[in-house]
Amino acid sequence: MTDSQTGVGSAKKYSVSELLTNPNEVDLKTLLLLPAMAFMTALFLGGVIMFVSGVDFTNIAFSYRALLVGSVGSVFALSETLVAAAPLIIAGLSVAIGFRSGLFNIGAEGQILTGGMAALAVGFSFPELSIWVHLPLSLLAGAIVGAVWGGIAGWLRAVTGAHEVISTIMLNFIALRLVDFSLKTDFFQKTGRNDPISKSVLDSALLPDLLTWIDPQLRVNAGILIAFLVVFLIGWLLFRTTIGFEFRAVGANPDAARYAGIRIGWTFTATMAVAGALGGLTGGVQVLGVLERASPGFSSGIGFEAIAVALLGRAHPTGVLFAGLLFGALEAGGRQMQVDTNVGIDLITIIQSLVIVFVAAPILIKSLYPFAFREHAK
Amino acid sequence: MSAGQTSKVIDKARERHSLVVGVILIVLAVFTAWVFGYGTVGDATFRLAMRGDSFKVGDLVVPAAPYAYVVAAILAYFGARLMMRSGSRRANLILGIGLILFITAFLTWATADHSFSLTGMLKSTIIRALPIAFGGLTGVLCERVAVINIGIEGMLLAGAFSGVVFGSLFGGWAGLAGAAMTGGLLGLILAVLTVTYRMDQIIAGVVINIFVLGLTSYLTSQVLAKEAFRHLNDAPVFRAIDIPYLSDFPIIGPLFFQHNLFVYAAFAMVAIATYYLFHTRTGLRARAVGEHPRAADTLGINVFRIRYIQVTVAGMVAGFGGAWFTLGSVGRFDENMTSGRGFIGLAAMIFGRWHPVGALAAALVFGFADSVQQKMALLQTPIPSEFLAMAPYVATIIVVAGLVGRARPPAADGKPYVKE
Amino acid sequence: MEVELRNITKRFGDLVANDEVSLTIQPGKILGLLGENGAGKTTMMNVLYGLYSADGGEIFVDGKPASFASPKDAIAAGIGMVHQHFMLVPVFTVAENVVLGVEPTGALDRLDLKRAREQVRDIGAEYGLEVDPDALIEDIPVGLQQRVEIIKTLFRSAEIVIFDEPTAVLTPQEVKEFFQIVRSLRDAGKGIVFITHKLGEIIELTDHVKVLRGGRVVGEGDPKIMSQVELAELMVGRPVDLVVDKVAANPGKAILEVSGLKVLGEGGDVAVDNVDFDVRAGEIVGIAGVQGNGQTELIEAITGLRSVADGSISFEGEDITHHSPRQVHALRIAHIPEDRQRSGIISDFSIAENMALDSYYEDRYGRGVTLSWPQINAQSAKDVFEFDVRTPTIFNAASTLSGGNQQKLVAARELSREIKLIIASQPTRGIDVGSIEYIHQRIVAARDAGVGALIVSTELDEIMALSDRILVMYRGRIVKEFAGGGSDVTEIGMAMAGVAQ
Repeated sequence: MTDSQTGVGSAKKYSVSELLTNPNEVDLKTLLLLPAMAFMTALFLGGVIMFVSGVDFTNIAFSYRALLVGSVGSVFALSETLVAAAPLIIAGLSVAIGFRSGLFNIGAEGQILTGGMAALAVGFSFPELSIWVHLPLSLLAGAIVGAVWGGIAGWLRAVTGAHEVISTIMLNFIALRLVDFSLKTDFFQKTGRNDPISKSVLDSALLPDLLTWIDPQLRVNAGILIAFLVVFLIGWLLFRTTIGFEFRAVGANPDAARYAGIRIGWTFTATMAVAGALGGLTGGVQVLGVLERASPGFSSGIGFEAIAVALLGRAHPTGVLFAGLLFGALEAGGRQMQVDTNVGIDLITIIQSLVIVFVAAPILIKSLYPFAFREHAK
Repeated sequence: MSAGQTSKVIDKARERHSLVVGVILIVLAVFTAWVFGYGTVGDATFRLAMRGDSFKVGDLVVPAAPYAYVVAAILAYFGARLMMRSGSRRANLILGIGLILFITAFLTWATADHSFSLTGMLKSTIIRALPIAFGGLTGVLCERVAVINIGIEGMLLAGAFSGVVFGSLFGGWAGLAGAAMTGGLLGLILAVLTVTYRMDQIIAGVVINIFVLGLTSYLTSQVLAKEAFRHLNDAPVFRAIDIPYLSDFPIIGPLFFQHNLFVYAAFAMVAIATYYLFHTRTGLRARAVGEHPRAADTLGINVFRIRYIQVTVAGMVAGFGGAWFTLGSVGRFDENMTSGRGFIGLAAMIFGRWHPVGALAAALVFGFADSVQQKMALLQTPIPSEFLAMAPYVATIIVVAGLVGRARPPAADGKPYVKE
Repeated sequence: MEVELRNITKRFGDLVANDEVSLTIQPGKILGLLGENGAGKTTMMNVLYGLYSADGGEIFVDGKPASFASPKDAIAAGIGMVHQHFMLVPVFTVAENVVLGVEPTGALDRLDLKRAREQVRDIGAEYGLEVDPDALIEDIPVGLQQRVEIIKTLFRSAEIVIFDEPTAVLTPQEVKEFFQIVRSLRDAGKGIVFITHKLGEIIELTDHVKVLRGGRVVGEGDPKIMSQVELAELMVGRPVDLVVDKVAANPGKAILEVSGLKVLGEGGDVAVDNVDFDVRAGEIVGIAGVQGNGQTELIEAITGLRSVADGSISFEGEDITHHSPRQVHALRIAHIPEDRQRSGIISDFSIAENMALDSYYEDRYGRGVTLSWPQINAQSAKDVFEFDVRTPTIFNAASTLSGGNQQKLVAARELSREIKLIIASQPTRGIDVGSIEYIHQRIVAARDAGVGALIVSTELDEIMALSDRILVMYRGRIVKEFAGGGSDVTEIGMAMAGVAQ
């Protein structure tokens, strides 16, 4: 330690009531300004990329209009946004809770696959059950299998020190192959088919649609309600329970946590199990709400997008909620964009990655728009 | 201090390790005898000669069941020896040999009553190992200067894409140059984000992956798919070059000396990287930057510059390696055609203990498993090919969990350097 | 070579680390820089070494103005520095470390390690600094590592060598050898700067002393004619009382009993070797010893952080040999860890969260798995006030506190509840005098209330001032026991060095 770090230590002494005055006024401006600026800049750069790839100005304008209309411009658009957002929010929380304990869960993809298969298996297996039993049971199966799949990585880290980044990536590949294999077995494969398509989920295990009474085209289902519930639950777990306190302590300073009597290994395993449960639940929500059956690689990259969602949401449940909604909107809008103007939906991926860069390295945005942040300087 | 006690403690650890290895060998022996030996009939025929060989060699014919029993006996002997005469220093070596024997027994069992080209499989092992080796080498170069590179996957993909575009426009060599430049540019971006802006290194790498995936997919569907630009996705492929004389040797010739540019480049780069890291002045400085950047700084070594240069060069290696997917193989680009090879490269780096040669060896192991899986699918063994495809991933987990525990990454790995 | 620093000023934000400091380093002389932690000594030398750029002032080398933008410039000008924390790459060999940055090379940038080895041997022979050039740094003892650091500066033809707190990690015996080396460097015509906060070293070794306090020079002179008390007063800015006010101890029955304890270190070596001792209620037992002689492992074993290889530990008759840290905590044993930044606090957590770090799970803070923040906050505010942790609110991050206040925060957390035993490692390392006194008082007050205390410190002064009994630890063993107060410092020093009586 250098001399400069050991301060002088002669600040004023405050009274107990002063000590208890929480200065925690939420500064909306600092909270929202940066992500908003990051998003706008990413959109602008997306436009540049479109221009360079031969899209003219009128079409760029049309594309972004389609993006807006397709995400929030109608009840149908909102419904599509929510359908896309639900798995992103839940999987985003899976990655976020890992970040909170200092673990990087790249394995959401594999957890979605294994959890999804479990939910599927229960979902097509018990024809006699009522929806009140069958649906929760299917979701629970997904969460439990996901928890085991994630927990393996946490347990390996705890016991052997194997880095979770490597083990979760490997578990992703393994899950992918397991799904390929399962879809060829008699148990999973749709009877009479030769291609790898699973049996369909029974009606009693499907997540109910919410708005079909308005218009049968509205796909939004109870998955988004589950997502909201999970946001609340994870927020409670992290900040209002001893378990969350342990997660956060281990993430912020594992040494100090160990000295305080927190079992690091147990916390790693528990964190990854919770993260895996969320991943598995995501798989369940996808299979029971949207896909209604499984095909090879049905997770389709949600687990990787979830990393972006968690980063953008700064690993905070509320942040993840909004980040998930934003990414869901981009996805829904992107589809509209592709249909209306023929601009590829992959542009959305580019915009998403740019948003993360700018949020993760705020100094980039701050140096681009010094005027917007100047008044915040002390 | 009591030296006797210290060595006693070490002996105890070694004893336990020997015991574990011994048990593993015994289990393998039982498995080999039971599954590969019992009830297996016929001979396994391994073809050693390749089409076009100037000297033909005969086939290697192995009676499957007797071979399995012999392997089982050897495994059991070594296992028992390790368990009884505990504390052997050679436990890991014996384990390695045992595993190789086990795999040969497996191959013999799977090939019983069939025949397949062993040389061909080993040759395809090398080819399949290529992108992983390039990825692993990139990882080694970055982490030796303490920058974690999760973005290898994206760099490979970018190399594949720009390789095909430049290759289609200006020919193969321009394609290579373009791929290396693109990879280098991404390396430079990684360096800017992590070294100068001190962004979380894992996040920066993830962003590079997502960005490259999005950009290449977008350009593929938006530009390359259009009629007017289809010629941009049609590059010449580098053909195999036979090395004079050496390529005429049976087995070894086709295995090592009848490849295209990328294979020779990979071996050359591994050799150069090894020389550079461990035998040159710049390499010593680079490793010092990865281990103890402050010490290097106090000696007047520019930590930032070394990190910038080395990460950029590493990016060029990845870009070059990525070009293999297009210029070294099929000549056209498909969305996400690297399909996770970069991540496996990362595993190969850890597997290979942050050493270029180690990373190459690990890549060959992955390539071998991949190529065995392809062959086995053809031989219709009772083991589903998906499980064989899983084998390298499971092996990676086991290795990272069990064996690499003792290998240390560079001490400053992943930590940005803050000048006081 | 003569170097003069004139009116150097260096600021870190609002903090003025150096305020118009001037000094001259002359060839063949040893200049002492005396001051407390935070007085600005190291900052000053980092400016000279090119690690910091000064906000004001000038540097002259042999009368000509010079400026050092980086260590490279300073090294080229003939300035070498031996840092407090060695700047050695642990996995490199001695030779590799010595030549790093100025490597002998052959064709193709090839590293000429053969020549490097010879050069290391040559310097060793010239100045009497023998080290095996092929040994790995991580395998050689601290004293030898320091030699490597000195060889590094000589290898770069340094004319001026700066030593920053060089004796902190050495045994008294090694200190003697080290002083001999420094004197021989001086006699070879090198200019030496010797940074320390130990008065005795200044008087014994230096030719001229400058005393720094709060970033300014507050006094200077010939240490041979200045008295220790005079220097001490200059250093801390008021008359000092090196003795902690305390009455004689009134020890009760033994509460902590350690017998035949054996603990393994990180590398599987025997770090604590067959140790027996006890701590009684109402007494302070101090463990003296040079850093790295098994104290860390001993404390970790008692507090449940490290497993015990052999022997037993019991507390109030209960066997706690294999207790977890939490079980130990529950027995009302307080633990102030040796490195507060690393293991004492979580700097991103708020002060309240840090206060609850080892008690968040207790029933008073919520039922089952739930946490009741109002309760935690109220208790924290009370304790923070009581232990005089200076902060505007308990919701600020712990990282906003100064070192002394962070240490008081740790003390507040550990000592505010009802306790029976205090285990404290380096309780006052690197903090200001006010906080040191405060923490010492709290420990003594606890003792007077019947609490036992086990204090580990590498500062012999602290051990002498606090302890009722002193145990000396050397190479994992307790080699000698002394009564507190009135014991002969030299004798304790000899024991710390492992000198057989």
